[in-house]
Amino acid sequence: MTTFTTVPRQIEDALERCHGASRRDFLRTSGLLVVSFTAAALAPFEVEAAAQGAPGAGPYPLVDFRQLDSWIVIHEDSTATFYVGKTDGGQGTGTAFRQLMCDELDLAYDKSTLIMGRTDITVDQGGSGGSDALQVDAWPARRVAAEARRVLLELAAARFGVPAGELSVREGVITVSADPSKRVTYGELIGGRRFNVALTGQNIDATTGVAKLKPVQELKITGQRLHRYDIPAKVDGSLKWASGAKVPGMVHARNVRPPVAGATLVSIDESSVKGLPGFIRVVSRGNYVAVVCEREEQAIRAAQQLKVQWQKPATPPFPGSDNLYSYIRNATPTSSSKPDIVGNPDAAFAGAATVIESEYEHPFQGHTAIGPAHAMADPSNGQMTIWSNDMKSYGLRLGVAKFLDMPVDRVRVIWMEGPQLYGRTAADDAGFEAAFLAREIGRPVRVQWMRLEETAWDTKGPAYAFKLRGGLDAQGNVVALEYHGRAVDHNHLGYNEPDTVLIAQLMGIRPAAPATGGAVAPSEMYAVPNRRRVADVVSLPLVWESPLRTGNLRDPNGPQVHFASESFIDELAAAAKADPVAFRLKLLTAETRDDSAFRRARSIAALKAAAELYGWDPRPSPKPIGTGALLTGRGVAYCYRNQTIVVEIAEVEVNRETGHVWVKRLVCAHDCGLVVNPEGLERVLEGNMLYGLSRALHEEVRFDTEKVTSVDWTTHPTLTHLDAPAKIDIVLVNGDPDAKRPDLPHYGAGEAACRPTAAAVANAIFDATGVRLRRVPFRDARVLAALKAARV
Amino acid sequence: MSITLRVNGNTRTVDVDPSTPLLYILRNDLGLEGPRFGCGLGQCGACTVIINGAAVRSCVTPCSAVKGEITTLEGLSKDGALHPIQQAWIDEQVPQCGYCQNGQMLTAKVLLDRNPNPSDADIRKFMAGTLCRCMTYYRIQAAIRRAATAMKTADTASNEGVVA
Repeated sequence: MTTFTTVPRQIEDALERCHGASRRDFLRTSGLLVVSFTAAALAPFEVEAAAQGAPGAGPYPLVDFRQLDSWIVIHEDSTATFYVGKTDGGQGTGTAFRQLMCDELDLAYDKSTLIMGRTDITVDQGGSGGSDALQVDAWPARRVAAEARRVLLELAAARFGVPAGELSVREGVITVSADPSKRVTYGELIGGRRFNVALTGQNIDATTGVAKLKPVQELKITGQRLHRYDIPAKVDGSLKWASGAKVPGMVHARNVRPPVAGATLVSIDESSVKGLPGFIRVVSRGNYVAVVCEREEQAIRAAQQLKVQWQKPATPPFPGSDNLYSYIRNATPTSSSKPDIVGNPDAAFAGAATVIESEYEHPFQGHTAIGPAHAMADPSNGQMTIWSNDMKSYGLRLGVAKFLDMPVDRVRVIWMEGPQLYGRTAADDAGFEAAFLAREIGRPVRVQWMRLEETAWDTKGPAYAFKLRGGLDAQGNVVALEYHGRAVDHNHLGYNEPDTVLIAQLMGIRPAAPATGGAVAPSEMYAVPNRRRVADVVSLPLVWESPLRTGNLRDPNGPQVHFASESFIDELAAAAKADPVAFRLKLLTAETRDDSAFRRARSIAALKAAAELYGWDPRPSPKPIGTGALLTGRGVAYCYRNQTIVVEIAEVEVNRETGHVWVKRLVCAHDCGLVVNPEGLERVLEGNMLYGLSRALHEEVRFDTEKVTSVDWTTHPTLTHLDAPAKIDIVLVNGDPDAKRPDLPHYGAGEAACRPTAAAVANAIFDATGVRLRRVPFRDARVLAALKAARV
Repeated sequence: MSITLRVNGNTRTVDVDPSTPLLYILRNDLGLEGPRFGCGLGQCGACTVIINGAAVRSCVTPCSAVKGEITTLEGLSKDGALHPIQQAWIDEQVPQCGYCQNGQMLTAKVLLDRNPNPSDADIRKFMAGTLCRCMTYYRIQAAIRRAATAMKTADTASNEGVVA
């Protein structure tokens, strides 16, 4: 159990230190963000805590989540600061938390501030990941806000000598219901002082007071289209990012990577850089090499100029991307899932009127964040402070403490915003590197990866090969379905583990065994009487120190697996000469013995909503092939992800002369339960669908037998402005079959929408051309070759 | 070597190697962190600044080669009022992570300064080299159309003011 210390503390220190003078200037000039960002008047105990030692002197124990004061501070002016252990990668998590917490607290939204993910002043909710912020972590946040409201009502009841039940509360003002002239504000009741209220709960997710949550009908701020509070500072240039963190005496480092995967360091010729201006030191351990210089451009130059001799590995580490899929099919699995069998698939296939079988292929895809990995670490006072955009800042703290063998309370991570995380910063290589180098040098060190390094060496989503088989009866009903997925995911990277982050691997540090990794089956609610689902994991020849190390990439496995499964459902629909929407609806309404009725009903509602919004006219695919240069078609795909349902319809234009595919329109029906901020959600869905589109049309990690060869924006293309659809339509669905229930809980929404996009596009291309694309990405040359082969 | 730069209406002198890319001087010496490091290769646009009315990739521009006035994201607002492009970015709620939006907004400004009435195709073409990995392209294009309308309205209003 955590010890309760001085919490929340050092807030002003943090703001001063992170943001410097421009933060203060900004707070003076920007009315909106004063409310959003300033810690307002410091509570007396906060000032006291800050005065106890030099700013930032540490130690930095975790914050006790079982104290109300750890979550909420009410200031004298009746504003509140909320402290939560989540991070926000730009999906509006923070805004949604403020909406929910203000609702439970009965405080106006613009009277609140939120601080996220800073390990020494916010409770440890693990940071972000798994689209679980609203689905899981918002619940304790709501409950503590409700508890604060209850305590404030009790204080007011004592002040006025009436029972709490005879009080009314509105926007931070409590009045005696029978005599509204008797009023008191939250600030007057407790401003700047502690609640001193203990909470209960076995773990942080279960944290609760005794207050009950409000029923959905009483939530007034929740559901509003409020603008995100973080956007103005991103637009006017005043936001301070992790990438800009600076402290006096800070120096700059750049890594020098092996030119070939699996290479061993032979020697370093330090004289090749010693005379360079600003040169401080070459730091190396095992196969990890970095150069440290006074200035950033000096470090970049020195890292480019450093002469290092490497020994290639004895055997080629990779099969090469051109041979990837045959390699996957022929490899011996490192692990296999237990076959998931429903009914008797073999008998059903034997009795089927039609059996079709298809193979699908999906490449490795990288995160290729727009800003390469970066962090800054300060080793002052025998502590380690890391400024980082690590989405899991608490894990970085723990990992670095173990990596450097430091007491964990000597390490803190100050989370700040950064380029899109989407899984890349779940194991924050740069944070470990900065901390290691800072300790070696004895000065604050900032490290940033270069573009070629990032695109080659960031973590990758696993490549997959699939085999699917389906059986139809004479009426076109699906009687049997078989799925076999095989992922190159052996030794999938953990979260900020001190023995699996890249620097540790390069230093030769190894855990007892490589991580098993995972291959998954499709996630949908189709009722098929006979099914078999099997998934294997295979390994590349090189297991450690690999630029093809797999990690969580936004919606891990989802886009790969559902590209195959939802394309194949379309193949079955075409074989049955059925309309693709009607075919799916039939699979969702078919007689079934399982208990998925709730999920199935919501899936049906979403499918119907998408078809209606699109203006879907029922007919089988493909449509009669057109005669002009541009062929148009539409395709649908559906999936389910941890209670969230997505249906997407893509309308494409395929240029038969160039093979170019333009998705001119995207329609999305999305059911993630209670919607906290519809506008914020719609923006997430727009971006995430286009992210799925980028992965479908452009993205592929290319490699030869010894290294990644797709290393910049030319060799690793991404979606651009030219690809943006002319129209995106979104409908937020509440498909709860129980009409009497007020609303569903808030489920996750950060990842699911990229899951069905590739299949929707592939199905639309089939509708337009009659050509089935079974390998991602659908770049012009591949599409053109497929069209030519089919004589379209 | 002493390099003098004119940035956002101020004159600043720094002592650096003349080959130093402008980006690092803006960020590390002048405290202007609107421009961001994305690729160092001039491929993505995250480091964009405006010089002499052109969108310039500061990551591949040696500081000694800069002759004109530099405008960074911080210099886009005037007298505390947001530029119509910035306002449109807020109204449309464009950014997700926001890291690339410096380049998106400054490139959009150059577009609208040159072509106040761009077609959808003009927008796509002009913006094509400015990358966003949160894929906010659709919303950026909506914001550019909104800003174009707002800037025309503002021009009309100021012209009317002159006439009156």
